[in-house]
Amino acid sequence: MSRTTAPAATPFESNVSGVAASRSPWRLMARRFRRNKRAMVGLWMVAALILLASTAQWIAPYDPYQQNMEVMLEGPNLAHPFGTDEFGRDILSRILYGTQISLMVGTVGVLISLVFGVFLGTVSGYFGGWLDSIIMRFIDIFMAFPSFLLALAIVSVLGPGMINVMIAIGIFSVPTFARISRGAVIGIKNKEFVEAAKAMGGSHLLIIFKHIIPNSIAPVIVLSTLRIATAILTAAGLSFLGMGAQPPTPEWGAMLSTGRGYLRVAPHVSTIPGLAIMFMVLAFNMLGDGLRDALDPKMKL
Amino acid sequence: MTTYAIKRVLQMIPTLIGVSVLVFIMIHSIPGDPARLIAGYDATEQDVQLMRERLGLDQPLIYQYTHYVGNLLKGDLGDSLRSERPVLHEIMIRFPTTIKLTLMAIGFMVVIGLLAGIFSATKPNSRRDNGFMMLSLFGISMPVFWLGLMLILLFSYYFKLLPSGGSDHFSQFILPSFAVGLSSSAILARLTRSSLLEVIHQDFIRTARAKGVKERVVILKHALKNALIPIITIVGLEFGHLLGGAVLTETVFSMNGLGRFIIQSIEYRDYPAVQGTVLFCAAIFVVVNLIVDLCYSLVDPRVKYE
Repeated sequence: MSRTTAPAATPFESNVSGVAASRSPWRLMARRFRRNKRAMVGLWMVAALILLASTAQWIAPYDPYQQNMEVMLEGPNLAHPFGTDEFGRDILSRILYGTQISLMVGTVGVLISLVFGVFLGTVSGYFGGWLDSIIMRFIDIFMAFPSFLLALAIVSVLGPGMINVMIAIGIFSVPTFARISRGAVIGIKNKEFVEAAKAMGGSHLLIIFKHIIPNSIAPVIVLSTLRIATAILTAAGLSFLGMGAQPPTPEWGAMLSTGRGYLRVAPHVSTIPGLAIMFMVLAFNMLGDGLRDALDPKMKL
Repeated sequence: MTTYAIKRVLQMIPTLIGVSVLVFIMIHSIPGDPARLIAGYDATEQDVQLMRERLGLDQPLIYQYTHYVGNLLKGDLGDSLRSERPVLHEIMIRFPTTIKLTLMAIGFMVVIGLLAGIFSATKPNSRRDNGFMMLSLFGISMPVFWLGLMLILLFSYYFKLLPSGGSDHFSQFILPSFAVGLSSSAILARLTRSSLLEVIHQDFIRTARAKGVKERVVILKHALKNALIPIITIVGLEFGHLLGGAVLTETVFSMNGLGRFIIQSIEYRDYPAVQGTVLFCAAIFVVVNLIVDLCYSLVDPRVKYE
């Protein structure tokens, strides 16, 4: 097996450097991705959001916690482009800081489910037999819950707070990751190159890490991107219900929730955080769709 | 078919037992002492101990669980700590609201999703297709609680057409079910489009067109019928999504359904109520998926159950 490193033209390629076979499939994929207008827009939107999040402390015009009772519930104007909330805090600054929180919740939550899900799915698919049966029955039980309810139940046990939301989101996506990676592993585990590696005396650990995971990771990459979108939506929903970020944290779902009380007099207080959530979720959905179409348009995700 | 149905029903049992164990473990690891909460913070240690005994919280967990399952089999979900009435009774009061909301949302979802999917698939890669698919991407990305608030703003506050909350009258269900249904319809539209596109290129469609069958008949009778399996699957899965979405929508629209009941029970640490309601929703979800599974052969005679 030759180890080749694909040119790091796009972020996802660097993840799969060292993947098997020839470099051409990944090059083809990158080309297909670049030709997909919607995917490129999604990529730029995600890049813009990451930039905003990392520069929030310099570009935010005001302190997101600074209250100013003189400008309570003001609509968008020159001094406050997105208006102010019920404590006179600048909504634009709060939205900018909120970008950090949402991006963090989305990526950390998905990272948790990625690690556990891929571990369970790979073990299950690779070894098969009773281990597979046990793991999959366990996954079935988790799948029996309506997803948002599962996240809600986990947060209600752990208690409100952003860290707990990340854990809840991590747990609730594990079954999906496990199923997808199990399917991908089963698809390749009897291929010749795996048999060859076995015949050469490769240990299970080596085969799993060097051959199985790199060759079954494509659908997992796509799923991760799409799941970040779901995770952000779910986290915002939990915060909206008061189970996530607590005031005065500038979390979008929580901001939207407080705006409910002023819907009639100051609709911008809940409209703008909602638009921000939608923008971020849309970005990840477009990126995920594009990745799927570039990797394998027939992928069932 | 009957054997398959029986087999599937039997397979449901371990899943449901697993679900009950999971919910039981989860609820019992909630930090805080429900006995102290109910007895009140100024209660003496003796009162709290009495309350603990009354609730059976002083017994070993395994005993509590077997006791719980024993009651479950008798249809007894325990008593709510808040209202002191049976949890099943509390659920049954609120279930009609949630199921009405969910069914109406499914109605919106199927009508909007199917139509958008068919319109897209019949002219793939056209401007119409791109427009619909972009719209559905927006639909998937929209937080359902935000959409609900925007609908209230528009239809209740500005146009004064529909009520913004409550769950007593039919008109109060229109906005919330539209809000939940619309976001799910986006997923359905995408799926309808892709499964129709897969079918539309097959030979029997070309034959039908060559015979001079009208395009509308080709699409609705020949193509759609063959693309129904994935569509039905997603309707079943979305049922769970809608049940979860009900928690948010019922809160936004102040509806007295199961979703809001869960939130209130969590806030009060009314754990028999949380446990019962979550279990109830999961059981419904499992049953709906079973029904969906059994529907496959009705829709597509080629499906054989083994």
